[in-house]
Order: sequence, then structure tokens, then C-alpha cells
Amino acid sequence: MTVGHDAGAPSGAPAAIRTRGLTKVFKGGQVAVDALDLDVPRGSVFGFLGPNGSGKTTTIRMLLGLVTPTAGDHALLDRPLAEALPSVGAVVEGPAFYPYLSGEANLLRYDAANPASSARDARSRVGQALERVGLSAAAGKRYRAYSLGMRQRLAIAAALLRPRELLVLDEPTNGLDPQGTREVRALVREIARDGTTVFVSSHLLAEVEQMCTHAAVMSHGRLVAQGTISSLHGGRPALLRVETPRAAEAARILDGLGLAEVTAAGSHVTAELGGHAPEEINAALVRQGVPVRGLAVVRPSLEEVFVGLTGEGFDVDG
Amino acid sequence: MSTADISAAGTSTAGVSTPAAEASAAGASAAGTEVLGQAAASARTAGRSGGVAAFARLLGSELGLTFRRPRNLVMLALLALVPVLIGVVVRTFGSDGDAGGIVAATAGNGLMLTFVSLYVLVPLLMPVAVAVVGGDAIAGEANAGTLRYLLTAPAGRTRLLAVKYLNAVVFSLALTVTVAATALITGLALFPVGDVTLLSGTTVTMAEGLLRTLLIVGYVTAGMAALAAVAMALSTLTEIPIGAVAGTVVLIVVTQVLRAIPQLDWLAPYLLPTRWTGFDAVLRDPVATSDLGQGLLAFCAYTVLFGSLAWARFTSKDITS
Repeated sequence: MTVGHDAGAPSGAPAAIRTRGLTKVFKGGQVAVDALDLDVPRGSVFGFLGPNGSGKTTTIRMLLGLVTPTAGDHALLDRPLAEALPSVGAVVEGPAFYPYLSGEANLLRYDAANPASSARDARSRVGQALERVGLSAAAGKRYRAYSLGMRQRLAIAAALLRPRELLVLDEPTNGLDPQGTREVRALVREIARDGTTVFVSSHLLAEVEQMCTHAAVMSHGRLVAQGTISSLHGGRPALLRVETPRAAEAARILDGLGLAEVTAAGSHVTAELGGHAPEEINAALVRQGVPVRGLAVVRPSLEEVFVGLTGEGFDVDG
Repeated sequence: MSTADISAAGTSTAGVSTPAAEASAAGASAAGTEVLGQAAASARTAGRSGGVAAFARLLGSELGLTFRRPRNLVMLALLALVPVLIGVVVRTFGSDGDAGGIVAATAGNGLMLTFVSLYVLVPLLMPVAVAVVGGDAIAGEANAGTLRYLLTAPAGRTRLLAVKYLNAVVFSLALTVTVAATALITGLALFPVGDVTLLSGTTVTMAEGLLRTLLIVGYVTAGMAALAAVAMALSTLTEIPIGAVAGTVVLIVVTQVLRAIPQLDWLAPYLLPTRWTGFDAVLRDPVATSDLGQGLLAFCAYTVLFGSLAWARFTSKDITS
């Protein structure tokens, strides 16, 4: 199943990332990425999902010019790579810095590597980036002494050294505690509000569901779905779940109200909600003397969608 | 008005802010549209000079890392100690016995300590220090994972390699100057100073002796820079810096062994270490320029060959670290 391109950007619209037939075959014949057609619309927060080993990181490395594709084309921001990269901030496979330098000196080092960055305002930009990720107080501390969460945040600060049009974040919440995770998500939303496109890879479905407007799913090097989050949900109806000791009776009433797929099991009944209002169903049940202990509308999570697509379990500890 | 505005106005600058570009931009807005063409032209020039400035900034950052790194400073300090050690030994025990002519000459003139020290250090110890810096250049960044961030910054592969090589050349120069300077100071402090007797037996003034020392420093630096190209080529082949360093050191030792085999005499002129000690040509009268020239040619050939190998490998390599 492919949730079609119609849900993403129509071709010709400004794309933050576009790939056509992008393929990487490593020495030894291992196909890491297989004919990828990715469309990341500008201004989206795009979740790039897939189990570990599905080709996400190789794709990101190809997008950023670290790995040469075996076949296919790709463009960032509709520009040649060398022109686009100064406007792209990236966190690739976790933070990497010089352990004997301070956080500030590390950022100055990476800033110096960008030919489009000016030395004159480097310090102020580094200061702002550090402040944005809450590391101002640790700016002078050696990277060696940073905690895992601080390192991850420093990597994000490096991606924010300049105003960016596109941010590529590979597993940005890896190794963060719940508080840090919340902060990073808030930061991503804030960055997206400023109009920056955010492309975030993750194996955490809940994370993508919370942060993203769009998503794509990789499995075994292939793209199995992409589109808006709601289009990915699409086709999967919301379920009504009623908890009651008199399940059989409740099932009969739901049936009578015209709900589909009514099933009673033990002390609960489920049915497809369809266009019905849950509060009216509740009222109907109570009117007819069915004791309702609980009533909930269950929307299918992306996880259910994706496990169906990839045929394998996701790590869903987020 | 900033440079970004000029770029937005349709010129093809890289958007690099430079004072020159700002000045031309200010000029353009003051004098009206007629000047805009000129502003665009000078902004393009500024883009190029901005490129040079950005290159210089990255080189500065690289040098800062190299010369603040404790390991490199320790190497410089240890090698600087060698001339002091030699000086003290010669001074204490004299130059009697089997000590060769050049060591005996040291006792007679402080300046000769520089030549002796370089003679002792150039075959192995200085090359090892250069191998450490050159071998670490790419492999060290790859190993730390910082290479992927430098390249996505984007440093540019050719540009980064050029910066790394220049950095190794500057380190070679600093190393040679450090050794020569401590030798000079030690020599002046421990031994008589005056006219210098050359290997040919002729005597030159102290001033000319110093001038010839400068010549030697340049020649030795070129020899070390050629080695740095070899180390850098190995550095692009691996993600383990110690592998590139060890590989370079093994190459040095193997070539030194090859040189010692009489049956392989024909090979010696093509080996880097043979040329390193060729600076004794400076101690002839007149200076044996053809020997020096051949040495420099060999250094050049090694630098071009291994530099090209490094470039070919590094610009086509998949960065998976």
C-alpha cells in the first residue's frame, strides 16, 4: 500500500526534499535503499519512520552528500546540494564533537567549516544557539563532561547555528530523559512555526504522531507509505468501546442504532463509530437500562497502521 | 544594508558577509542605480575574497586544534629537548674519541648544533611526529564522527582536504623551526660563536651561517611536508587514526631498511628518507644546489602523487562513520 503522492506535495510545488529512484547498494550487494521516491513539502514537519536497519540513516546520509547514491536523483530545497547545505542544519546519527573542546568552541569549529558563515557574528550566533537549547550555562564546559542529554542538545544547537530552511534530525530524542524529550519536541514545534521544514527520523511512533504533519515509512530499504498523518490514518475507522457487565444487551442496542462491526466480548463491546456521536450512544444505552462503566472512542494509532505496513513490530517505548 | 540584501538583489554572491561587500553596497545605495552594476561586480569579487576569508577561518580553526592539542604540544616539546640533550652531552664529554667531523665541529661552533640536531632527528623522530598529525587528519575526524558534521556544515571535501594538508605543512614548519631554534639557542649558550667552518673546509661568516640555517629549515620542512602527504593519503583509507599513523611509520622504517641494503642502491634516490638528510648540501661551498634541487623535486613528486591519491579517495568515499 502506498498512501499516494497526492497527500504529499504535488510535483512542481516547492519541495524541501525530493528524491527520485534513490538507490544505494553497498559493496557486497546489500541493498540499503531501494528506489526511493520521497517528497517532503516545504513547511512540513516530516516524520521518517522505520525499524532499525530499514535504510533511514543511509537515506539521510545520501541526502546530505555523505554517501554517493548507486542510482537516482535527489535535491534539497530545489537547489544543487552544495548550494543548499549552508541552509540545512543536520543531526546525523547522534552527536559527535571534540571531547577536549568546550561546547562553545565546538560550535565555533563547525561554524568555521561553513563557507557561508561569517566570523564576525559567529560568537553571537553560537551564543543564541546555545541559549535556544538551554546550554548557555554549560557553554564553557568541556564536551567530555557533558551528559548524554546535553550532548544531544549541543548537536541540535549546531544545527541551529544559522537561520535554516531545512532541519534534518536523525533520532533527535535518543538518549534524552522524558523532560529532555519534551523540550526537544517543543523546540521542533517552535522551529517549524518559524517556517523551517523539519525532517525527523525516528523509530518512535508516538513521537512522530505528536510532532509531525507528514510521515513516510521505510521497510527493508523501500518506502511503503508517505503522506499527511491523517491520510496515513485514513481508511481506518475510529472504534467505540463500551465497558458494561451486560455486554450482550449493549451489543443489541448498538446494532439497533446502526453501528457496524459490533462485537461483544466479556465485559466490553466494540463497534465502528461511523458518524455517530458517542454522547448520544451513551444516552441511548443508559435510557435502556444498560449500566455503562466506561465508554471510549479509540482511534487507531499509527503503530497499528505501520505494523500492518512493515509487517514487523516497532519499538514503541516512547 | 547587508550582503544578504545584495544577494537578494540578484547577484550571484555566496552571501558571505565581508566589509568590502558592505562598503560597496552602501556606495550603491548612496550613488543610485547607476552604481548597482559595479556593486554587483564588486560583490562578486567580495564573494571570492569571502571564500578566501572563509578558507582562512577554517584553516585557523584547524591550526587552533592542532596547536592546542596536548599530544602535539608534547611531541614538539620532546623534540625540542633533543638539541639541548645533544648540546649538553657534547659539552660535558667533549668531542674526543670517535665522534665524527660534524659533531667535533659542534664543539668548535655553536651554530653546528643546529645541523647536528636535524641530522639526528630527521631520519625518524621528526617524521613520526609529522605522521601523527598527518595520519590523524581525516581518520581522526572519521573516528570521532566529527567528519560527517564538518562535511554537512558543509566544509567541502576538497576544501577540507586542502585545509588539513596546509595544517600538516604548518605543523612541519613549526616542528623544524622549534628544533632549529632550540638548537641555535643551546648552541649559542654552550659553545663558542664565530665564523662557521663548512664541510668543504671553507669558512663563512656567522651571518651567512644563519642564512644557510634558514635554507636548511626550508628544505627539511619541504621533506616533512612530502611525508605529510603520504600520511594524509593513508588517513583517507581508514577510520582508525592510529592505523594511518602506524602505517606511515612502518613505511618510513621499511624505506630506511631498504636504503641500508647495498644491492638496492639504485632504489635509494627515489626514497623519501634518502632526500631528507640531503640538506648537508647547504654545508658545501658553494651550496650544492643541484642536490638540493633534486631533493625538492622528489618532495614535490611525492606531494603531488600522494596528494592526488588522497584527493581521489576522499572525494569519492562514502562517509559511514
